[in-house]
This record gives sequence, C-alpha cells and structure tokens, in this order.
Amino acid sequence: MLFNPVFLWTDMLLWLLLVSVAFYIWRVRQREHLLQPWRRLLRSRSGVASAVVLLAFVAVGVFDSLHFRLPLEKQGNGAETHYSPEVLSVFDLMVGPLRKQVEKTYSAPFAVQLYTKETIELPGGKQVRDYPRLKYGGAHLREPVREQAGDIAVTALQGGVYAFFLCGGLTVALALWLARRRGISPGEAWTMIRHGRDEIPWRTLLTTIGLLILFGCLATVFSAKYHIFGTDKVGQDVFYLSLKSIRTGLMIGTLTTLVMLPFALLLGIMAGYFRGWVDDVIQYTYTTLSSIPGVLLIAAAVLILQVYMDNNQELFDTVAARADLRLLFLCVILGITSWTGLCRLLRGETLKVREMEFIQAATAFGVGHFRIIARHILPNVMHIVLISIVLDFSALVLAEAVLSYVGVGVDPSMQSWGNMINGARLEMAREPMVWWSLLAAFVFMFVLVLSANLFSDRVRDAFDPRVR
Amino acid sequence: MSRPLLVVENLRVSLDAGKTQVRAVDGVSFSIDPHETFALLGESGCGKSMTALSLMRLLPEAGHIESGRISLDGQDLLGLPEIAMRSVRGKRIAMIFQEPMTSLNPVMTIGQQIAETLHRHTDLRGEAAQRRVLELLDAVGIPAPQARYHDYPFQFSGGMKQRVMIAIALACEPDLLIADEPTTALDVTIQAQVLELLRRLQRERGMAVMLISHDLAVVSEMAQRVAVMYAGEIVEMAGREEFFANPQHPYTRKLFASLPGAARRGQQLEIIRGSVPPLDQEFSGCRFAGRCDFAWQKCSDEVPAWSKVTSGHQVRCHLLESPEHAACEAVATLSSPVVRPEVRADQPLLEVTDLKVHFPIHKGLFKRVAGHVRAVDGVSLAIHSGRTLALVGESGCGKTTVGKSILQLIRPTVGSVRFAGDELTQLKGAALRARRADFQIVFQDPYSSLDPRMRVADIIEEGMVALGAAVSSVDRQNSMNSLLQQVGLSPDSKYRYPHEFSGGQRQRIAIARALAVKPQLIVCDEPTSALDVSVQAQILNLLKGLQDELGLAYLFITHNLAVVEYFAHEVAVMYLGRIVERGTVEEVMQSPRHPYTRALLSAVPVVEGDARREIIRLAGDLPSPANPPSGCHFHPRCPQAMAACRQNYPAVVGFSITHSASCYLYSEK
Repeated sequence: MLFNPVFLWTDMLLWLLLVSVAFYIWRVRQREHLLQPWRRLLRSRSGVASAVVLLAFVAVGVFDSLHFRLPLEKQGNGAETHYSPEVLSVFDLMVGPLRKQVEKTYSAPFAVQLYTKETIELPGGKQVRDYPRLKYGGAHLREPVREQAGDIAVTALQGGVYAFFLCGGLTVALALWLARRRGISPGEAWTMIRHGRDEIPWRTLLTTIGLLILFGCLATVFSAKYHIFGTDKVGQDVFYLSLKSIRTGLMIGTLTTLVMLPFALLLGIMAGYFRGWVDDVIQYTYTTLSSIPGVLLIAAAVLILQVYMDNNQELFDTVAARADLRLLFLCVILGITSWTGLCRLLRGETLKVREMEFIQAATAFGVGHFRIIARHILPNVMHIVLISIVLDFSALVLAEAVLSYVGVGVDPSMQSWGNMINGARLEMAREPMVWWSLLAAFVFMFVLVLSANLFSDRVRDAFDPRVR
Repeated sequence: MSRPLLVVENLRVSLDAGKTQVRAVDGVSFSIDPHETFALLGESGCGKSMTALSLMRLLPEAGHIESGRISLDGQDLLGLPEIAMRSVRGKRIAMIFQEPMTSLNPVMTIGQQIAETLHRHTDLRGEAAQRRVLELLDAVGIPAPQARYHDYPFQFSGGMKQRVMIAIALACEPDLLIADEPTTALDVTIQAQVLELLRRLQRERGMAVMLISHDLAVVSEMAQRVAVMYAGEIVEMAGREEFFANPQHPYTRKLFASLPGAARRGQQLEIIRGSVPPLDQEFSGCRFAGRCDFAWQKCSDEVPAWSKVTSGHQVRCHLLESPEHAACEAVATLSSPVVRPEVRADQPLLEVTDLKVHFPIHKGLFKRVAGHVRAVDGVSLAIHSGRTLALVGESGCGKTTVGKSILQLIRPTVGSVRFAGDELTQLKGAALRARRADFQIVFQDPYSSLDPRMRVADIIEEGMVALGAAVSSVDRQNSMNSLLQQVGLSPDSKYRYPHEFSGGQRQRIAIARALAVKPQLIVCDEPTSALDVSVQAQILNLLKGLQDELGLAYLFITHNLAVVEYFAHEVAVMYLGRIVERGTVEEVMQSPRHPYTRALLSAVPVVEGDARREIIRLAGDLPSPANPPSGCHFHPRCPQAMAACRQNYPAVVGFSITHSASCYLYSEK
C-alpha cells in the first residue's frame, strides 16, 4: 500500500457536516423561497467578498482534514510494511518543503541568520561568536547583505507576474462564461463586469479573488526561499503553523455548532411547543447551566479528560489521535455550554409560531405533534438557526484562542492560534522582542473572524424577516 | 364660494421597489373647502394613504414626491423647508391613524402625550397646558379626564385610545384633520361612537376633514364630497348625494354592486374580475379597462380625461363621451336568483349544549389559579346540514373561542358538542383524529393561515394524508386539481408558494384545503374581514356556491352584519360569552328584540337612506370576561336597564319556534 488512511474523529464529523451542507444546497436549489435569501446575499458586495475569503479558509481546512500515514522504508524482503507514526494530511503534501524546513530556533521574517548568537567554528579551526546562517532561509544567497534586496524584488516581481496571468485568465474565463450564459458578446459581458451592472457584484468578486491570488502567489514564491513569518522556538516555520491552525479554528467553530444544534433545536422547540411542565423543566435547566461560568466547566472537563488520557495511553496509536480526541472533547464541552442562547431564542420564536393559524389548521386535520414540529415549526424557525450559527462561529474561533492561552484549550502538540499566542507570550518580554508568532496568529485570526462577522451580518440582513 | 383650504394639483408619488418604481399616486388633483368633509374612497393599495402622507410630507423612506403642488391656504407646502413644515404638522394639518394601538407611545401617560403637542406648537405651559389637556379629553368624551390624565395607553380600550388620538390631533385646533381609516380597527358600536364624535367636533370647530376609507357606508355617513381612487388616480369625484344616487364610473358601480346585504339574498354578488394592475408601468389607456365590462378599443388606447356629469360630478371614463357603449350594460349584470332547496333534516348536524370555555388566570410565584376568564359561558346552538348559522358579536365576545372549541382545538371546560350523534368532547386521540375530516375551519387572515414555507400542493395534501382521504398519490393529485378548479384557481397554481397569491386567492386556497377532506361542517372565522369589498364578494359567492353544491353547513363567525343578512339562514348574537338572541335571519334582522341586538343593528353604517336613522348609542366598552357584571351582562350599557337586570341573568324568552332572546323586557309577558 502506498499509504495508510487515518480517520480522525473530527475529520469524519467535518465530512459529515460537508455532506449535510451539500444536501442543504441541493434542497435549497429546488425551493424558490429558500433560494431567495441566498440570492439577496449574493447581491451584496461585502457578502460576496467575505464569502470568498471564508471559502479560501475552508479549502485549506478541508485539505488539512484528509489524514494518512506514509510507509516507512522497508527493512527487508517480505517484512510487513510499517507506517510512520507521524500523521500527515493532503495539505502537508501541498505545501511540501515548508513542513520539513526546520531551523534551529528563532529567526525573524525574511531573515537569513538565526536570531541568537552562537559560537561558530570557522574552517580554520578558529571560533567566532556570531549569528549563524540559516539552513534554509535565504540559503541560496552567497552574500546576503548585498544580494538580498535585489533577490526579494525579483521574487516579488515573479510572484506578481504569476498572479497577473492567473487573474487575467480567470477574468477572461468569467467573461466568456457570463457571455454564454446571458447570450451576449464577451465584450458586453466585460463592460457589465467592469461597471458592476449585473445583480451579482462580479467586480467585487474578481477583486477579492485577485487579491487572494496575489497573496497566494507571493507567499508561494517567497516561502520557497525564505521564512516569511520567521520561525518559532524550535525552528518551525511560523507561516506553516499559521496555515495548519486554520483547521483547528474551523473545527472549533463548526463542530461546536454541530454538537450544540441538537440540544438547542430539540429543547428550544419542545419548550415552546409543548409549554407547561416541559417548558418549566427546560427553562430551569438552561437558566441553571448559563449561570455557571463557562470557563470553569470547560477547565474541569478538559482536565478530567487529560487525566483519563494519561491513564489510558494504549488507546491511542498516534499523537495526532490523542490531540484529536482532546479537540473533539473541547468542541463537545463548548457546545454543551453554549446551546442555551440559541435555545432561548428558539423557544421564543416557537411560542410565536405555534399560535399561527396554519398550525391550528394542521391540528384541525389531526396532524400529529411530531409532524407539526417537523413540517411547520422547524422550517419557520430555521432562519434563526442559520443566523446564530454564523454569528457564533467567530466567537468560538476567538474562544479557542483564549482557552488555549489559559491552558485548557487544544492539545499543546496541535497547531492552533491559541497555542501560538501562548508560546509567544513569554518571548514578548525579551529584548530584542520576538513578535512574529503573535503577529502571524493575529493576522490570520483577524482575517477569518472579520470575514465571518461580515458574512454573518449579511446573512442576518438576508434572512431576518424584519430587516426587509 | 369661499377659497379652498387645501389644493392638491397633479400630485405624483413614487416608491422605490428594488429596480422598479411604483407609481403609488399618479396625477391626483383635488381641493378641500374649509369646514368640508372630503372622503377619499378606495380599496387597499390604491394610493389613498400615500396621498395623505404626502400632504403631511411624511412619506416612507422609499417614497418621494415626483411632481405636483400642494398648497394650504395659499402656502406651498412642498416648497417649505423641513423646519417650517414641522410647524404645519400638528398645528395646521393633523392626522389620525388607523391603528390606535400602535400610534400612542406605550411608556408615556396620555396627558404627557397630548401636552407634548401643545408644548411644540403653543405657548401653553404648566397649569395652563394641563387645563387645556383636560378640556380636550373632555371634548373627545373621555369620562373623568382628571383621573385619567396620568394613565398609560394600555389602561385604555381601543375606542378610548382612538379618542385620545383625536384629542392629540385636535390639540392645536388644526384647519385640516386627516383621518386615515379612523374606525377600521374598531367594533361597530365603538365605530358609531367615534364617527359621531368626529362629526360633532367638526361641527363645533369648523375644521375641514379629509376622511380616508375603504368603507362605502362610513363614507356615506360622514362625507360631503367623495373621490374614488383606483390604481393611483382619482376616477370619480362628486358630492355625496349625487355620488350615492348616481355613481357613474364602472368601478364605482361595481363596488356598490358587490356590497352584500339583505336585498341581494339568494343572488350572486357582483364581482370585479381580475385584479388591480401593477403600478410600475406606464398606462396607455384606462387603468380599469382590463376589468371593465364595458371596455372597448378606445379604453386601452387612450387615457380617459375628466368628463363632467353635473357641476361638481366628474368621472374619468370614456363611457360618458360615447354613451352608446353603455347599451350592453344590462347583459352582464343580474343573474337570476338561485332558489335554494330548504333542506332541514330533523336531526341537527351539530348540536352544542351549554358550552363553557374558561381560561384560568395564574397569579403569584406558584402560579395559583386566581380566577377565570369566562370566554364562553354557556352557549347552546344547533346547525342543520346545508344551513348557515351566523354567530355575530363584537371582538372579545368569545365567538372565535366557540368556533375553536367546537372543533376541539380548544378543549371546552364544560358542555357537550354532539356532531352527527357523536359526543366530540369525549373523543380522544385517534378516535377524535378520525372524526376531524367532518369539520374544518377557515381562518380570518389568509396571510397567517397558510404556512409560507410550503407549496400549495403540500398545504392541500397535508389534510388528505393525515386523514387518509385519498389513498394513492395519483388520487390525491387528481382530487387536488379538481379542488383548485372548484375554488376558482388553475391546477398549475399548486406548485407555487402562498406569497405569490393575493389575499383573495389565498383565502381560496384555505377553502380548498378545508374541502380536501370532504367535511360536512366548516367553521368560517371571519373569512372575509381581512379582504377588500370586491374580493369579499368573490369569496362569499364561492362559499355560497359550495354550499348549494355540496350541502355544507357553515358556522359563520363575523361582526359584519351586512354579510350576515346576505349569507346566513339563522343568526345568534353573542355578548360577553353568552348568546343573547337567536332566530332566523329575517326575525333577528327585521325585528330585533334584545337591546344589544338593536343597538348593534342601529350602529351599522348604511349606504342607502338619507334620513338619519336613530343610532342607539351604547355607553362604555365591552366589560372584561374575567369579571363580568352581575345579573344581565349587558345591563351597565343597556339604555333600558331595570332593577331586575342587576340581580340575575335573565332566562330565555321565546317569541316563535326559532326566535328567542334573554332579556327581562319580555319575561313578564
């Protein structure tokens, strides 16, 4: 076998989520009234732009969720193939050398030397104390001081040219596609795109994708030669760590919702629909739960899990599996502590919907409770669910960073923005300061959360019946 | 003749609706004299409210005045800067809105709200302002104004709130009062009070009133001059007498003909086919041409100009220029009265005896039951197959609760509901579910009674599936098609969603849904009160046709007595949870016995009849069903109350086999 696929829990759940999203899209495409709010979303410029950025993040996360183990070199004939204990993802293969180009310790962005002085043995046997050259970063330069500026300029130009051709190709393809679809000439399609005369803001779409391509190309050409975000304490490329952290952030943001949804939906609708003692019990439950500080619950749960995992080492065949279980558990416990808000909203909305006359008409037909909930109430509260899912997403990504910083977040061996910030924390105090880990984590988190927030604003505008 | 107070010339208002512009008001001109009541009459969406709002320059954000001139006493209102306009609003033009519940600020006392207007427009402060507020409250007939000055809006009933609104509008003695459907949200007896108040105030203060209404009867009672609006323009304008005696425009005539009433019993009501054309287009001809019975080529080619009938009576119609086209008139109208077979089985289909529905009032920490709202308190009635029983009463009298508890949507507290021999109150679970196919309900609001997220096919199918009315999917599709045709919709419409239909069409879908399970009894809970007059006629015709064809029995819950006269066989009048009078429609409508029935009938505005009939004015409002008055529930408002009325509830007195009432006036005999 070429490789041994590894199915992590979170991977499977993410794929399940993707399948259900695909199912939702298929359903929406058949129903005009469900399609309409999405159309409205597509017509807003910030909606389109943020959706593109989010999709880019999701793409990275999805490629990073296909895990496998490569076989080790064969020890002899006929021997059983052994697989490496290291779990890789498709994304690791895509970024290629980034993962392996490990320096000794800290180095600044675009640096050619380490950040600390070391004793270097010269060929003549003499010893000097100086900044040693990096093994990979800028290794192709003979005289870095003189050549580096020129090299950076040339590389940037190279990346720019790639980006230009990619964008140009994309624009032409879009114009041709639009021309065919609308039955106009490509020239007309181009003017339509340029002047933003269509309902869908193609210009914004192209600009956003163009910027993404530009950054992508620059990052690709530069990271082959330099560490563009520097390296961390053990010499790992910070850019690589930041990219790997995307998956962790997405997992926390989406899987938590997956855990929380059944609680919130079931209990919220039940409380609103049946009222009476059912309502009382559910209300008391969530009022009690939401009055316990969330961090306390999370810390307790994560520590209990940690003890369990330490006592049962044999259950996990790889480090990744261990870290993954902790991530999943974190999602579950975050989900359990955060369903109350949505539950309360759903209860209120159900109280309103159940008094609508079409529910009474259904009762007059003798339709059972379960069918009424599934066919009438659920579709009519779905917009609230959708709005709060996207709103919660960014809050959860930030929560992960805070929890990892406190030490009850994801496993220390797992790349995440919270862990990066936690690692950079102590180095902020040293002189000269190591700032790049923090900055990289901040930039990535900022872009993700900002686009998620913009997107959720648009979703709310498109779905909220009161905004119209 | 004096100079007109308000002149509107060629007013055009458009609303932004996405890509298109909706011409809500398109070239409207009229003038209002001082001391005059001018009525703007039209169905929903014709632009009458937009006209009023543009007079105040209070158009919604999407709307703007394209062109035109509005001058008040020679002053051009459209040219005024906003700051100057603010001193016009409230001081010179005041407005009353339709919904008194939402036009008062719930967190301010009514005294403060009236004083606020005074503060803005006059120099009255402190004591003086308060005295003026009390004067105003007194003028609009709020009892004990001193005591109520510090009350909040929620402590007032709907009619009282509308009085407070009028007091605010009158605070600065405006020259022009715009009343936008001032009584549409109110009950008939309250409506009579408010209309009387408006008439009195106008007489006393000599202001001009612009009344906006969809109700021909209200207009006939109030107006001196009437303008009819259709699709953004005025199509007919005349003095009141001339207008009601001799309406000229085909649309106006159709409106009159579609009014239900005793005179049209047994006949089909006139309907206006089609619907109002969308207003985002340029009209090349008459706007009504597509729906008009007399339309010919010229109507769709040429926009009709004003033609004068008499001085002061103008019509926008080509008919008046070329009267020869009116010859075909008689053909389309009168259809022969349908003679309905008098089916009367001995056994009533539905028999309700002593039905009571009490809702507990919970109080305190442990939700102890502190009392009961006696929504329905001992109602008995019977309906035979193929007959219609109308349940009449004002809002809050419990008539809807009766309907729902008959269907077991609300379980009755006490009493028996026998349907074709089965005691429904005893049935539970599957047994009740199996019986549900026999009785169905049509709700008032066709917008909330259809699930917006289901297709018409799914909506109609739901009942069939739940009750197993048609087994195979093919059967269901077939019966769905025939149902839709039966209610006058095309079978293709089943793949569309409710929001794609107009109000009348939605009500047809709701009727089709009820019919899908082949019921014998349909409870119609105000099925036409959310609809325009011409659409109401369509629905009433449909219901009537279905009754003749299928022998359905209807329990028709309504507050509209004209509909009752036209539609029902028997009537039961409800007051505060009890039936006070019942009988055949002729008996109750022509010789009402109970004082409440008499007051109700006299309060209904009528179109015909110039002679001012005597309105029996009822004092006060409907008491709370949580705490009904002792003795006869009606005695605090009854003009003929006696000592006995305060003691015990009167027994039922029969006048004929069918006619009876609960009143002490007749019990001695």
